[in-house]
Formats: sequence, C-alpha cells, structure tokens
Amino acid sequence: MDNAVFRIEQLNFWYGAKQALCDVNLTIRPNQSTALIGPSGCGKSTLLRCLNRMNDLIEQTRVQGRVLLHEQDVYAPEVDVIELRKRVGMVFQKSNPFPQSVFDNVAYGLRIQGVTSRSQLADRVEASLRKAALWDEVKDRLHDSALTLSGGQQQRLCIARAIAVEPEVLLMDEPCSALDPVATAKIEELIQDLKKDYTIVIVTHNMQQAARVSDYAAFFYLGRLIEFDTTTKIFTHPANRQTEDYVTGRFG
Amino acid sequence: MRLQRGQTDGRSALFTGATAAATMLIVALLAVILGNILWNGAAQVSLRFIFGGTSEGMFDPQKAGIFPMIFGTVTLVVLMTIGVVPVGVITAVYLTEYARRESVLTRVIRGAINNLAGVPSIVFGLFGLGFFVQFVGGGLDKLLYGGQLHYGKPALIWAAATMAVLTLPVVIVATEEALRAVPQGFREGSLALGATKLETIRKVVLPQALPGILTGAILAVGRGAGEVAPIMFTGAAYYLAHLPKSATDQFMHLGYHVFVLSTQSPDIERTRPILYGTVLVLLVLTSLLNLAAVLVRAGVRARLRVEHG
Repeated sequence: MDNAVFRIEQLNFWYGAKQALCDVNLTIRPNQSTALIGPSGCGKSTLLRCLNRMNDLIEQTRVQGRVLLHEQDVYAPEVDVIELRKRVGMVFQKSNPFPQSVFDNVAYGLRIQGVTSRSQLADRVEASLRKAALWDEVKDRLHDSALTLSGGQQQRLCIARAIAVEPEVLLMDEPCSALDPVATAKIEELIQDLKKDYTIVIVTHNMQQAARVSDYAAFFYLGRLIEFDTTTKIFTHPANRQTEDYVTGRFG
Repeated sequence: MRLQRGQTDGRSALFTGATAAATMLIVALLAVILGNILWNGAAQVSLRFIFGGTSEGMFDPQKAGIFPMIFGTVTLVVLMTIGVVPVGVITAVYLTEYARRESVLTRVIRGAINNLAGVPSIVFGLFGLGFFVQFVGGGLDKLLYGGQLHYGKPALIWAAATMAVLTLPVVIVATEEALRAVPQGFREGSLALGATKLETIRKVVLPQALPGILTGAILAVGRGAGEVAPIMFTGAAYYLAHLPKSATDQFMHLGYHVFVLSTQSPDIERTRPILYGTVLVLLVLTSLLNLAAVLVRAGVRARLRVEHG
C-alpha cells in the first residue's frame, strides 16, 4: 500500500515474558486520524508508544517486527531516536506541562533544537498556541506558571508544545481521559483542525470520541489487531463479532 | 456489640500519656543540655573570646580566644560541601537516571553506600590518613617534589576530603529521593519532544529536585560541622600560631579544641569556662550553618513555587 506514514509489519512486543502485541499489521495514512480502540490491556497504548519508541524507557522490553516511518524502520540500529521523536510528537494521558511558564513550555522543544532568537521563539510560540486554540485564553499570562491553567488548558498546552517542533505525526494517548466534557469537546474540535497539518494516531477508551474524531479505527483485543477499517465501517458494519460487541458496549 | 465506654478509653488515655511522656523526656533532656551550656558558657562568650587568638594563653579564660577554631571549622565545612555535593549528586543521577535498577552493579553500589553510612567516623579518620594523606598526598609529593614533604601531611584539604567521604551517603540518598520524586511524566514529556536524556535531566529533572538536593547538603553540613574523629589524623592541629594560609596547611577546629581543652588542660577547673564557651560557639555556629542552608533552600522553593503558581 503506498501513501502510508507508518506501516507496521508483524509487530510483536514483550514486557519481560508477557507478550503485549502479537503479529500486528497496520497502516497509518497521512492527514487522517486513526483511533486505536479496545479494552484495557489490549495493547493499544503499547502500540502507540512503539511509534516514537517511548517504550525504550521501560526496562526489559523486547520488540520484533518492523515499524516503518516512510519506509524507514524506526527500530533499525542506525536510527536516531531523538530525530524520530522530533518527527513523531506525543500527547500523554495525564497532561504533563513542565513547572515553568506557559511560554517556556511551548518554547522548550524549540530551544532544544537550538532556536535562540527571541523574536523567532515568540512567533513560533504564538503560532503553536493559536493552532492549539489556546492563544486567546493565555496571551495575557504567557509568563504565568503553566500549572495555573485549568486541566483542559494544560492538555491543550501540551498539544501546543508538541506541535511547536513541527512534527509530522501526533500521537495522543487518551488525551481527554482526565478532562470534563467541555474541555473534551474543545480537544476533539482541535483534533479535527489538526488533521489538516498532521497525521494523528489517538488511543481512546471513549467509543463516542473515536466515532467523532477518527477516520480510521483499529480494534485490538489481547494484543491482536482484530479489525481495521474506516471508522464508519467499524461503527456501523463491523466484520467481526468481537468488534461489534465492543463498539456497541456489550463488553469491554 | 455493646458500645461501652471504659476499658478502651482507659487504655487509650494510658497510651497517649506514655507517648507524651516519652516526648517530654526528650524535650527535657535537650533543654537540660542546652540550658547547661548556655548558662555556663554565656559568661565566657565575648567579642574578645570570639575574635581573639590563642597566642596569649590557650588555657586562660581571661586571655584565650577561639577565632582560629571558628575560622578552621567554617573553612572545613565549606570545602567539604564543595567536594561532596557534586560527587554525591552525580552519583545519585547515575543511580536513578542511568543505571538499570536491577543490575548487579547497581545493587553493589547501593550496598556500598549503605555500608559507608554505617562506618564509625574514627574509621574514616584512619582511612583519610592512609588514603588521602599518605597515598594521595605522599604520591603527589613523589610525583611533583621528588619526595619532599608538601602534600603528604595532615592538611585542611585532606580533612575536608575525608569529611566529604563521610557525608557522601547523606547527599546521595537525599538526592536520589529528590530525583525519584520528580514525576515520570516530566521526563517522558521532555524526551517525547526530542530532548536527549542529558537535556531532560539538566532542564527538567534537576531543577525540580533542587530543594531535595539542598536538603541533602544541609544534612551533610550538620553532620560535618560536629564530627571530630575524621579530622584528628587528617588535618586538625592541637595548636597553631597562625591561621591556615593555604589548603595544605593544618587548621584548628572547635570540636577538636573541645577535646584538647578537656584532655590536655593543666588545670581543668580553670579551663572549664573556655570549654563551655567553645561548645556554645560550636552549637551556635552549627545552627547558623544549617540556618544558612535552610534559607537558601527556602529561596529555591519560593522561586519554584512562583513558577508553579
């Protein structure tokens, strides 16, 4: 299949002796949002964290198979993980702004990349905050601590921080699980906007959310990819009985 | 079940009373010790006593001064802190951020640190004499001065180095705890933005852990200012006519001076006021060193809080 951002081939993953992913094959298409769904422990977060190799941080894990980002295996020995993570940004389940000012949070990745010009930093921080639909709320408090923001604002700040370094892909690990419905709606709206510029992979436990924000959906169960199709198909005519049971809320 | 008052109430009151009594006992003991020192020492402490030297007569309460000992103690603690904090922090960073948690090496290092904390301080003194003074100092002399005595004798720098080794476990353990208290989410957030591990540690982890690291430094200062055994063989002198001019000179020290006064005095009754005065000054000085470190930490915390909001 051409036109793929990520192509995952026969991916297996172990935490110690426990296998978390079994023979997963999946293609992530550009400028689409792909939802990874399934009950807790099905491996969807593990898969997400394989895409930017965040699993490297966990001791005693093992990977087998290939994760191709534009035909380049991200697990190949010559790959620079730092470069990979610059291209594949991530937003976490628990919003984790640094205990610094709003501005410094967004500027963090830019400074890491060596941007030092004040005006350039200011421009890119503003652009990122605008893209994350947060600018109007924080433009007068850029130098306040990020921890004074509300939970939803903090999560959008983390999105702004991730997109400031202009990644190609944005991974989102249950980004709304700790947020109230209003804040959740804002983030969902934002995801729709961000699709124009980024490829999005989102893990979610919320079926309505998956239906609202994703173009493709992948259903996982016990470390296996059970079904992958357009979101419409998965939610209206799933081919697999387990998928149907899960998306209709009969189990999970 | 019957809800009866009586037995439980009585036992509870007894237990409360016992714990309160135990606490009061400790407070009372401390009060007696401090009161005794303050009562007997206050009369001896004067500007002349604090800023005066020993040349007029070391055992004469009218003439003795302890400025050289104050100077030596403060210099020793400062040098020790400069030595112990970087080494301790770097070790703790290695153990928490880099080493694999379950590896044999990590366990060996951790075990060694715990054992180090349990070694009696006189052993550190002998170690300092053997290792720093004779091996390192003597080695330097052979290397640089053809065996002429220059570094291979008890000196301020070797005493500070010995004291730094003694307080190393305190700094390592406190720093490790501070590093572990930094949420993993901060590290992941930084790494996910393409920061290297070193950048993450420098820009996110260490600033967060700074108050905890300073707590470790405070504990080290508290421990170091009061220890005498490690410096007896490595640098403290019974009597010196001059203040130390360089790190290779010997020095006088308040704690060691207390030992000297109480064991070497020709007339212990006559020397007693100096003894009390010296102990009082040592106590106040230790408290001041601690207070200074606590203030620095409070400043850092306040700055972090502003950033946290």
